[in-house]
Amino acid sequence: MKKHQKITLALASATCSLINVAADVQAEESADLGDWDINAAVLYYTESDRVSAFEPVISAKKQINDDESISLKLTLDSLTGPSANGAVPGINPQTFTKPSGSGSYTTPANEAPLDDTFMDTRVAFNASWEQELSRMTRMTLGGNFSKEYDYLSLGVSAVVAHDINQRNTSFTTGVSFSNDTIEPEGDIPTAFGIMQPAGSTQPRQTSSDDKTIIDVLFGITQVIDRDSLFQVNYSYSQADGYLTDPFKVISVVDGTTGLPIIEDATTNLSQVVYENRPDSRAKHSFYTQYKRNFTGDVLDISYRYMFDDWEIASHTVDFRYRLKTSETTFWQPHLRYYQQSEAEFFQPYFVSGQQPAEGSDNFYATSDYRLGEMTTYTVGLEYGEKYQDYGWSIAAEFYLQSVSEPSVKVGQLAQQELYPDVDAFMLRFNYDF
Amino acid sequence: MRLIIFILGILSITACSELGVKPWERNVLARPEMSLDSAPLTSALDDHIYFSKEASSGGRGFGGGGCGCN
Repeated sequence: MKKHQKITLALASATCSLINVAADVQAEESADLGDWDINAAVLYYTESDRVSAFEPVISAKKQINDDESISLKLTLDSLTGPSANGAVPGINPQTFTKPSGSGSYTTPANEAPLDDTFMDTRVAFNASWEQELSRMTRMTLGGNFSKEYDYLSLGVSAVVAHDINQRNTSFTTGVSFSNDTIEPEGDIPTAFGIMQPAGSTQPRQTSSDDKTIIDVLFGITQVIDRDSLFQVNYSYSQADGYLTDPFKVISVVDGTTGLPIIEDATTNLSQVVYENRPDSRAKHSFYTQYKRNFTGDVLDISYRYMFDDWEIASHTVDFRYRLKTSETTFWQPHLRYYQQSEAEFFQPYFVSGQQPAEGSDNFYATSDYRLGEMTTYTVGLEYGEKYQDYGWSIAAEFYLQSVSEPSVKVGQLAQQELYPDVDAFMLRFNYDF
Repeated sequence: MRLIIFILGILSITACSELGVKPWERNVLARPEMSLDSAPLTSALDDHIYFSKEASSGGRGFGGGGCGCN
């Protein structure tokens, strides 16, 4: 009976369209009824001179009976280190007020300004319940909770997968809803309000704000032959509410010299205004993945095209090749290429006199490089060992972000690098109990 | 939405019906490493990194979010 159950689970697993919902669907071959199938991983991420993150995660799945399972996942995320505040470099040192408004930090001459007060810890908990509705139909219901010092996210999701054609074809449809609340240090800045010296009253509007995100997903998974299968997904994401980054600012510079305008000569505070983004965003994604076995080796390649109503479009190609070196060991190289166009309201800096008036809620601008024209590259290598009862792997990856410089840079900005490359190193360890 | 379901339905009835294997031919496809998301924790960690560093997210699954990092 138990063997029969395992075969049933294996067949279900092979044809299941695996959707990355709250608690991810695990490979089910090793799941015995009543036992917890536990996986753990820890990630160390570090950027040169910028952010570092340490992120342990553990997940557990229990097969309650033949057609029902529950999954739980706990994630911790500890971040520390400076991040770009959006201002341009200058030929003199520049001072900026911390988000709290009670202190300041100084950026050396000719360097991209980094806010070194950035530090946060996140706790996330996901739970999901998978139930077979009929012989060919499965449903997964999920719930997500994520809490940071200044951020709370609550979400629910539902996914239904239906198999036809002797389980060679699977249709998947899903919907998720989340409600996020942000209560940033120093409150929510007024759109295009001018940063004031530490200790002075800052341009602020409210203490907190929120946003809602609704995602809808349709997918089809098709088995091609004994060694290969592919998946095609379309997803739509609608975000409404506060989508601005309360910590990002935009420099105001002299139209001839390109020098940052001095807001306060006593403290050497540069004139910067707080950014403002639209309060809605609609994203469309097309995703396709192909997987093929070559006598034990596994090719895994995917492509994603995304576009949104902020005029951002992106291409992502991901390639992995799992090279089986023995019955228990493997090596897996990983390459990823990502390219995005800039948001229509991307604005590296304002020429003095052209910046919107404080409180111009209907004008949008950001200098956040993550919404600029950018190309990123990931190169990684993983080594793993897998045995009957357990397995482990270790991976090292290098990640490079290359951001395009503005086509027009006035005065001294022509000699400055507004968006220097960001390179990061990642080390990940996985253990399957 | 109906159009998408219709297109997916047509695809499955026509081209896709020529593809596939018999139930007893699934020994390779049933291996854990042949799952479309064979390392869910790795995918989740990667998605979180890229979500916080780039303007796109999701595709394989839902768009993610749940953190103030972007």
